[in-house]
Amino acid sequence: MNKFTPFSSQFVCLAIDNIDTDQIIPARFLKTTTKTGLGDQLFCDWRYEESGEPKPDFVLNRPESKGKAIFLAGDNFGCGSSREHAPWALTQFGFRAVISTSFADIFRSNALKNALLPIIVPREIHTELFANLDWTLSVDLASQTLALPDGRRVEFPVDAFSKYCLLEGVDELGYILQQEQHIRAYESGRAGSINTLG
Amino acid sequence: MSKPRTIIEKLWDSHVVHAEAGKPALLFIDLHLVHEVTSPQAFDGLRARGLKVRRPDLTLATTDHGVPTTDRTLPILDKVAAAQVAQLEANCREFGIPCFGYRSEHQGIVHVIGPEQGLTQPGMTVVCGDSHTSTHGAFGALAFGIGTSELEHVLATQCLLQRESKSYEVRVDGTLKRGVSAKDIILALISRIGIGGGTGCVLEYCGTTIRSLTIEERMTVCNMSIEGGARAGLVAPDDTTYQFLAGRRFAPKGADWDAALARWRQLPTDQGASYDHSVSIDANALEPMITFGTNPGMGIAITAPVPDPSGMTDPLERESLKKALRYMALEPGKPLLGHKIDVVFIGSCTNSRLSDLRAAAGVLKGRKVNPAVRVMVVPGSMEIKRQAQAEGLDQVFREAGAEWREAGCSMCIAMNGDQLQPGQYSVSTSNRNFEGRQGKGGRTLLASPLTAAASAVTGVVTDVRTLL
Repeated sequence: MNKFTPFSSQFVCLAIDNIDTDQIIPARFLKTTTKTGLGDQLFCDWRYEESGEPKPDFVLNRPESKGKAIFLAGDNFGCGSSREHAPWALTQFGFRAVISTSFADIFRSNALKNALLPIIVPREIHTELFANLDWTLSVDLASQTLALPDGRRVEFPVDAFSKYCLLEGVDELGYILQQEQHIRAYESGRAGSINTLG
Repeated sequence: MSKPRTIIEKLWDSHVVHAEAGKPALLFIDLHLVHEVTSPQAFDGLRARGLKVRRPDLTLATTDHGVPTTDRTLPILDKVAAAQVAQLEANCREFGIPCFGYRSEHQGIVHVIGPEQGLTQPGMTVVCGDSHTSTHGAFGALAFGIGTSELEHVLATQCLLQRESKSYEVRVDGTLKRGVSAKDIILALISRIGIGGGTGCVLEYCGTTIRSLTIEERMTVCNMSIEGGARAGLVAPDDTTYQFLAGRRFAPKGADWDAALARWRQLPTDQGASYDHSVSIDANALEPMITFGTNPGMGIAITAPVPDPSGMTDPLERESLKKALRYMALEPGKPLLGHKIDVVFIGSCTNSRLSDLRAAAGVLKGRKVNPAVRVMVVPGSMEIKRQAQAEGLDQVFREAGAEWREAGCSMCIAMNGDQLQPGQYSVSTSNRNFEGRQGKGGRTLLASPLTAAASAVTGVVTDVRTLL
């Protein structure tokens, strides 16, 4: 995994609460056996006409959205299904961070494993962002801050371990594999009380 | 004396493999359920690193999301779905994982077969690459959905890095009225706490009503914990749990059973333990519930009018409700009762077990489904299908004019061709009414099997109590 570096970008916004992962990437696209090619299907049912033509008024299709790396959404973003295809689709479209007041647990966990930073901001900042759609924001994970154009810095929470993994480009599986001795000790401590299919 | 603990804390404590300050805990997983849709990329990850599956003896796979619910002797016509199913079966062969494949007599929805086989047991940690893994909490297990990256972690190490969730007591007391079921309890809860109300929490369902529920009913309640945003939901085990488990294929036997029982009896929450959050529901006051909108929190008593966004103060909330009503083509203030429907779906990991089929058949027996309505009955597993047929339920459904199909997720997720047409309304016993969930442009009204069966007969949204 690449190291997560500071960046600045304008943002794309969808002023809708409870955007679920079925909207982010509809289930019919989950028949894929790879992680690639999902960016074109991001928000598919809101984004394209029946004919497959992009809807010109949908935010992702507007020319000014091109190249923006931050996605701003309403409350409780990413609820519903556990599909990791949701962060895959968002990152493949080009997003590196999503801003909301809250994230669904599984989505947040999946996002952090794919270098997509879920940024939780206070309600008043959230409202302010929706009123200032031309703002350029700077994301700095090391200091856990979102810098606004007027110089204010908004702190956001990230757990220390996820932050370390993102900043250093460490993948969690590598870390867990190093815990083999602990896993073995745990298993032998529970010998007889682990129910197997064998 | 040690500090009183909730069952949630006990489950957590007993599965921590290793904990270090500033890092999430390493949690051991007792049962890993795998299906075709969220696993292929995880197996690819193992191959790329040259890793094995650490505990194939704690892993079970099945095919459910993408499989057709038509004749199983036929091949899967959708080439992409067929390739995904074949990939799962090949991955399981390569990595030595037991698999109830497309044509297995034990095939079924992943959350139905775990309990059915006696694999889901009290005191366990259970994960699956599917958010409805919370279903298994009905046995007093800590069961939650994970993404594909985490799936790879569990395959490789049988462990996950996790942070402890907060605890949320959901107390349900009282007696359910006739026509009101487990599904109505959970729909009422979600409409009360909201779709994000349980975020960061594990719910413990308790109270006299929960105690009186069968295991299958508890599974229905736990299943939709995720629709309230909760990571998991569970019910402490009791004699109902043990009676269900005794004698099942993978349940402990003999002296192992006695030892397990002794451990399981230690699980319930200690007197005096405290929760981070609590909510109470009066079961006596519950009515049959139905959803009107585009998330499971948008639910009302079936006799109530569709809510009016003009009364809402939060602008984003108001817009979300307006958007939902636009999508659903429903008018604020109008009743849902009597609204014409096109499809009834009885199935899914929420409501496809034998008791659900019996409830629906009880309403349909001696009646005909409305000719304007397509009614699909999809059992949760091939085992349930056989049991239902042995009782003659298939005959009841067929004679009423409903389709009796093979096991799978079917129209709950609409990946397999079982889907609504744009604009159609369904009354569905499944768990999600998100836009397009049952087919692009389809409109889903979530309800119990009783409500679904009653609406199938009349062709409109119907209060089952008028037919009982």
